[in-house]
Amino acid sequence: MILDRTNAPLIKDAVDFDIQIKPYQLYTLDNGVKVYAFEGGAQEVMLLDLVFSAGNSYETKNWVAPATNYLLKNGTSTKSAFEVNDAFEFYGAFLNRSCFNETATISLHSLTKHFTKVIPVVSEIIADAVFPENELAIYAKNQIQQLTLNLKKGDFIANRFIDEYLFGIDHPYGKYSSETAYNQLTRDDLTSFYNKYYKEGECTVFMAGKFPSNIESILNQYIGSLPLNKNVIEKPVHPIVAATQKKYSVVNDPGSVQGAIRIARHFPNRHHPDFAGAQVLNNIFGGFFGSRLMSNIREDKGYTYGIHSYLQNHIQQSAWLVSTDAGKDVCRATIDEVYKEMAILRTDLVDTDELNLVKNYMLGSLLGDLDGPFQIIGRWKSYILNGLTEEYFYNTIKTVRDIQPEDIQELANKYLQEDDFYELVVY
Amino acid sequence: MIQFDRFQLENGLKVLVHQDLTTPMAVVNILYNVGAKDEHPDKTGFAHLFEHLMFGGSVNIPDYDEPLQRAGGENNAYTTNDLTNYYCQLPAENIETAFWLESDRMLSLAFSPKSLEVQRKVVCEEFKEHYINKPYGDAWHKMRTLAYTKHPYRWMTIGASLAHVEQATMEDVKDFFFQFYRPNNAILVVTGNVKTDEVKLLAEKWFGPIPAGKPYQRNLPAEPKQEKHRSLDVRADVPMDMLMMTWHMGGRFDENYHATDLLTEVLGGGASSRLYEQLIKVKQLFSSISCFHFGTIDPGLFVITGKLVKGISMSVAEKAVLEEVEKMKHEILDEKEVQKVINKTESMICFEDMSIMNRAQSLAFYELIGDAALMNEELEKYQAVTPLKIQATAKSIFEDTNRNTLYYYSKNMA
Repeated sequence: MILDRTNAPLIKDAVDFDIQIKPYQLYTLDNGVKVYAFEGGAQEVMLLDLVFSAGNSYETKNWVAPATNYLLKNGTSTKSAFEVNDAFEFYGAFLNRSCFNETATISLHSLTKHFTKVIPVVSEIIADAVFPENELAIYAKNQIQQLTLNLKKGDFIANRFIDEYLFGIDHPYGKYSSETAYNQLTRDDLTSFYNKYYKEGECTVFMAGKFPSNIESILNQYIGSLPLNKNVIEKPVHPIVAATQKKYSVVNDPGSVQGAIRIARHFPNRHHPDFAGAQVLNNIFGGFFGSRLMSNIREDKGYTYGIHSYLQNHIQQSAWLVSTDAGKDVCRATIDEVYKEMAILRTDLVDTDELNLVKNYMLGSLLGDLDGPFQIIGRWKSYILNGLTEEYFYNTIKTVRDIQPEDIQELANKYLQEDDFYELVVY
Repeated sequence: MIQFDRFQLENGLKVLVHQDLTTPMAVVNILYNVGAKDEHPDKTGFAHLFEHLMFGGSVNIPDYDEPLQRAGGENNAYTTNDLTNYYCQLPAENIETAFWLESDRMLSLAFSPKSLEVQRKVVCEEFKEHYINKPYGDAWHKMRTLAYTKHPYRWMTIGASLAHVEQATMEDVKDFFFQFYRPNNAILVVTGNVKTDEVKLLAEKWFGPIPAGKPYQRNLPAEPKQEKHRSLDVRADVPMDMLMMTWHMGGRFDENYHATDLLTEVLGGGASSRLYEQLIKVKQLFSSISCFHFGTIDPGLFVITGKLVKGISMSVAEKAVLEEVEKMKHEILDEKEVQKVINKTESMICFEDMSIMNRAQSLAFYELIGDAALMNEELEKYQAVTPLKIQATAKSIFEDTNRNTLYYYSKNMA
C-alpha cells in the first residue's frame, strides 16, 4: 500500500478533550496564613512561593517596593548578604524575589531533601532583613548603570512609554524607574516598607512538587510563627490617568536600524464577560505563530522577526497590545498592516476552519500548560490573586468551545477600532 | 533515572522512546546532526536560515504549522554551532500528526522561492534585532573571530555577515537539505504518554520509506593551540566599558569537562560565587559579571565577562579578574565550596528533567554525543570531581597564552 502523505491523519479535536484542573489542598497556618498546595511530579523537587501584598501599588515613593523586594536577601542581623545567599546555594536551592503591581513574591526552588535546611533562612529574611546601607548603595549604583544601558534600547523605552500613556506616570502600571528615583532611596524608606508589608504583612503561600512528609508542621514552625496577617492592609486606590494624545514617534538613537512599535488600548480585567472571547479574538489577530499578524507581517512580508498581540496580565485593568520590532523603513507599512488586519476582523466573518484551528490550538496549549505540579499551582495562584475560582476556568473553556464567527466579529467591532489605540514607534 | 527504549530504522534513523504516563501530552523531537560549524566559511548563517525554511512547507504539505495547531500542538526549533533541533508538543492522542509533518519535511521540502525570499528578510531582521540594534550586540562576533583562527566556531549561528544570508540561493538550500537532512543524520525522540510499540509502528510507517543519504563525514579543521594572549580594542556608542575574556577549553568529551563546568559555578554561579562577591560587592569594580562556558561538542571557550562600574579603569578591572583566576590555580578549594557547586548542579539537573520536553531534548543530545544513557551518568560524573581536579583544570585553562580579551570601551569615555 502506498502511503498517502497528502492527507492529514485523523485527529481528536482538542475541543473534545475533557480538560480538568486538578484541585489544590488548602490549609491555614497558626497565624492565619493560607497555604495552597499541589503535590505531584516525578522529580524530588519543590516550589514554595510566598506572595505578599507588597507590590508597587503600596509604595508612596517611587521604586521603594521593588528595591525592598530586591534587597530582602541582602543581609539579616546575623548574616551578611553573602551568607544568606550561600545558605541557599550550598543546598542547591534558588531563592528568587519579584515585585509586581499588587503583589511581591519570595520564591524558593529546592530539592525536597534539603527543604528543611533552607526554609529557616526564608523565615529569617521575612522576620529579620536589615537592608545594610552599603548594600543599598551598591544596588542603586548598579541599577543606575543597568538603566543607562537599557535606555539605549528602543524596545525598553517603548515598553515604558506605552504603559505611561495608558495608565499615567503616577499609576502603579504606568510608572517606571529613573536615576533620580534610585538616588533618592534611603534605608529608612526600605525598612519602614519592609516592616509594614513583609515583617507584619499580608502573606499567602503557594506550594507544589514533592513535599517532605511533615510539611505542615515545618511550615507552621517557620512561617506560621511569624507575625503575619495581623493587620489589615489597606488597598490603595490609584486613578488611571491616560494620555490625551494618541500617536507618538520618538527618536532614541538616530543610528537605529529598527523601530520598536507598540499599539495599545485599554481593556477590562478578567472579570469582564468579554475577556475570554477577547482571548480567542486575540489569538486569531496576533496571539500565536499562526495568527494573522504573524502570517501577514512576518511570513508574507518579512518586515519583522516577530509580531505579537496580547492582553496584559493586570488585576485592576488590562490593556490590549500589539508589539513588534520592525525594519526602520517598514515601520509605517507594518503599522498600516496592523490596522488593516483589525479592519478585516471587523468587516469579514472569520472562516469556521480558521476559528476551529484557533480553538484547538488554545485548548491543546491549555492542556500542555496544566502539565506538571508547578504549572498547576501557577494557574491556581493566578486565579486566586485575581479573585477568580475554578468556575472561571470552566467558563473560559466553554467560551472557547462555543464562540461563533459572529461573536468574534462583534468583539472586533467593539474593541479593535483604530481610533481607540495608542500608537508609538521608538527608533 | 530516565528510562528509554531505542531502535533504528533501516534507513539509519535512530529512534528513542521515553514513556511518562502522568502527562496527557507527547513530545516529538528531531535533532539533525548539522550546525553552523558545518557551513562553508563563505556561506555562514546557513544552518540557521535553513531552520526557518523548514517551516515553509514540505513536498506534500503546504504548511507545517497549521495542521499541528489544529491538532492542539505547539512547536519550535533552534540552531547551535553543533546541531539543529526541532520539537513539538501536542496531546498524545494526536501524535500521528507530528509523525506525518516531520516525516514529510524530512522526505523533501517544497523549496518555494517565496519562502526563501521572505525568510531571508526575516532572518535579516532577527540579525538586526539581536546583533546590530543592541548595545554590545557585536561583541560575540568579535570575540569569536579573535579566539578562533581555523575552527568554524569562529562565526556565530546567525552568520558572519548579513550579506551571507542575503545571498543565499535556492541551489544552496537544496544542496544543504539533501546533504544533511537525511534519516541517517537524524535522531528522533518521542516522550510522554506513548508506547514504544506504537511509536515503532508510526516511525516505520512515516519515516521508514525515506531513503538514506550519503553518510556525512565531518572533517573540521582543529583549532591550533594558541601561543600568546590576543586582544582587541573596541570603541562604540555604549554607556559603559565592558571586559570580556575567554580561554580555550576542552570539548564535550574532554576528561576535564565536568570539572570545567563546576569551575564556572565556583567563579560565577549566583550571588555567593567568587567573582560576584569579590568584584561586585567587595571591590565594587563591576556592575555585573558572569562566568560560563560554551558547552560545545568541539573545544569551546571559558568565558568571564562583565560591565565596569563608571570610573573604574579597564586595567584595574582586568587585573582584579586575573587575581581571582590565579587563585583557582594556586588554591585548593575547600570541600564545602565544591560540595556547594555539586549540590547546585544536582538541583539544576532535577529541575531540568521535570518536563517531557527537556527530557526529549537531553536524550537527543546525549544520543548525538554517543549514547543517550550518558544522561543518567551525568550527576555521578559531577559528584566525582575533587578539589584537586578543579585546581588541575584551572591550571590547564588559565594560561595567559591561552587567553583572548576584548576591551569594549564606551566612546564617550575614550
